[in-house]
Amino acid sequence: MRKVYGRPRFLKKRSFHYCAGCGHSIVHRLLAEVIEEMGIHERVVGVNSAGCSVFAYNYLDVDMAEAAHGRGAAVATGMKRAYPEAVVFTYQGDGDLAAIGTAETIHAANRGEKISAIFINNAIYGMTGGQMAPTTLVSMRTTTTPFGRDVMLEGHPLKISEMLALLDGVVYIERTAVNSPAGIRKTKKAIRKSFQTQLDGKGFSLVEILSPCPVNWKMGVAESWQWIDKEMTGVFPLGIIKDTTGNKDAD
Amino acid sequence: MDGNSAVGEAAIRAGCQCYFGYPITPQNELTEYMATHLSRRKGCSFIQAESEISAINMVFGASAVGARSMTSSSSPGMSLKQEGISYLASCELPAVIVNMSRGGPGLGTISAAQSDYFQSTRGGGHGDYRTIVLAPSSVQELADLTHRAFDLADKYRIPVIILGDGMLGQMQEPVDFRHEAPAELPVRSDALRGARGRPSKIVRTCTSNTSEMEELNWSLYRRYQLIEKKETAFETFLVDDAELIVVAFGIAARIAKGAIKSARANGLKVGLARPITLWPFPSGRIKELAATAKCLLVFEMNMGQMLEDVQLALQGQGEVFFYGRPGGVIPTPSEVLRVISRHYYQRGLKKGK
Amino acid sequence: MAGRIEIDQEVCKGCEMCITFCTKKSICLSGSLNAAGYIPVVFSDGGECNGCAVCAVVCPEAAIEVYRD
Repeated sequence: MRKVYGRPRFLKKRSFHYCAGCGHSIVHRLLAEVIEEMGIHERVVGVNSAGCSVFAYNYLDVDMAEAAHGRGAAVATGMKRAYPEAVVFTYQGDGDLAAIGTAETIHAANRGEKISAIFINNAIYGMTGGQMAPTTLVSMRTTTTPFGRDVMLEGHPLKISEMLALLDGVVYIERTAVNSPAGIRKTKKAIRKSFQTQLDGKGFSLVEILSPCPVNWKMGVAESWQWIDKEMTGVFPLGIIKDTTGNKDAD
Repeated sequence: MDGNSAVGEAAIRAGCQCYFGYPITPQNELTEYMATHLSRRKGCSFIQAESEISAINMVFGASAVGARSMTSSSSPGMSLKQEGISYLASCELPAVIVNMSRGGPGLGTISAAQSDYFQSTRGGGHGDYRTIVLAPSSVQELADLTHRAFDLADKYRIPVIILGDGMLGQMQEPVDFRHEAPAELPVRSDALRGARGRPSKIVRTCTSNTSEMEELNWSLYRRYQLIEKKETAFETFLVDDAELIVVAFGIAARIAKGAIKSARANGLKVGLARPITLWPFPSGRIKELAATAKCLLVFEMNMGQMLEDVQLALQGQGEVFFYGRPGGVIPTPSEVLRVISRHYYQRGLKKGK
Repeated sequence: MAGRIEIDQEVCKGCEMCITFCTKKSICLSGSLNAAGYIPVVFSDGGECNGCAVCAVVCPEAAIEVYRD
């Protein structure tokens, strides 16, 4: 028998600190796979962010810099402008990209910076213990919305991807989820397409990935993976939100 | 050339590759100069960022991949940059940050002030760190120190702040640019350029290991001690026989010089001590001068900030007076002369030629 | 087509998503704890595994290696 699947080369041999059933490590693995398959390991410079994934550089075996909370898009901009040969990606959560980092995200997208934004949306602030995120659903209980998110006080969940799609500098945005084998495979394709978009010099691309957070959602793993389908995709529909790359597929 | 533009030209000649800024009075000429003269240079990049926060973080990114990078602002914008500067210091990334300070606090005035001394010299952002702070007092010095700042930043892997002010930025004086832009700069050995033929590198500030964080702090402070030993810069004017020595930096030193020349013409034995590096502060030299003169008069355009460093340097040994004007008010040489004279006579100091 | 998998017991966190998505019922919970305090899963093949690798695709820990004829 031959080996058909194993731990990718650019995923450091280290056990993940993430909770059981968390989506972060799945996306880390997909990134490592895509980087290997595209042969771009020697060009990649990643920017990680504050949040559960602040230690992403402990797992991804590529040059990485940790940006201040929310500033990933600006740091990535500086990197790409100073060293255009690099393949620059950001790895950000919902608070990092769409709360504190909203301005940096929108303007990097508007300038059409040739970077790839990997956006992990788990509708909550995980690392700090489960507070409301911009993408928290209506009525969802978090530690700062203990009575459920109230539209009158906290507004609606923020659809940053749909907002960014309005900008001409943005050429590709897709929303996927990592709560099923099919979803994970689609996510990998989307990540690959985002990197290809950058390699083709076309503009800003973003992959929004709905990801489970069993511990802060106060659910078991299986329930949390199902909750994404039951509740999240109604508010954050999966699929291509914008694609002006002209590429049918990354392959 | 105006001071702001001189900074821009000097930066380009120092090999600055990236400038990221945001409009704010009174430094807009610098941002505009870079838009005109840097943006189209080969391998160079200019962005008018969406905020000062974004600009300092763009500098972080560009510096991380090895580019000589610069940003500039004025006082309220410098407040926004403090987080970014703390991160730069922690990651040991070189950067040049120019502050053409103005009256504050708050949005303040657009006129020159020196009230960002504390912000510049005491870290400014969170955490134990320092940045080199250079205080020019002429357009020529703005150019010279800007050029030097890039070298210092790279040499010590530290952010360097050029603390100017609205008046220096706006005034026009002849400048001699003594350097040509380098054809090519070597890539910094710590730069993130992709893991080609080497293990991957990480630039980071967060750790769950407190011992690691502690060791970083000790290591930074060892470097700061080295910088204190080697890079402290200071200038004196007519201090040898001075009974009263004015201690001033930047534009205040220019104003004081005018007052001192008049004072000397009136027979008052006055001199000027001008720190050029505000950090590292020339404490040793100040202490020496306090021993030879009868008293020091600290003169700054703020409520007394460098005053504290002078007092710290003296440790109670010697007399220190203070004259300050905050809020963007520009004192005149004759006003400063009156203050000098009043202290001189009140103190009963000897006159002479 | 025959297949088999190898699961790194020390890295597995017992999230059971591999069990959920395996169509060949070839994985089950082991009865013991690993060093991290999780109950890992084990390959319990009754000859059914075809090396489809769905388990490895869903595994958040990248703990599964898949072999196929």
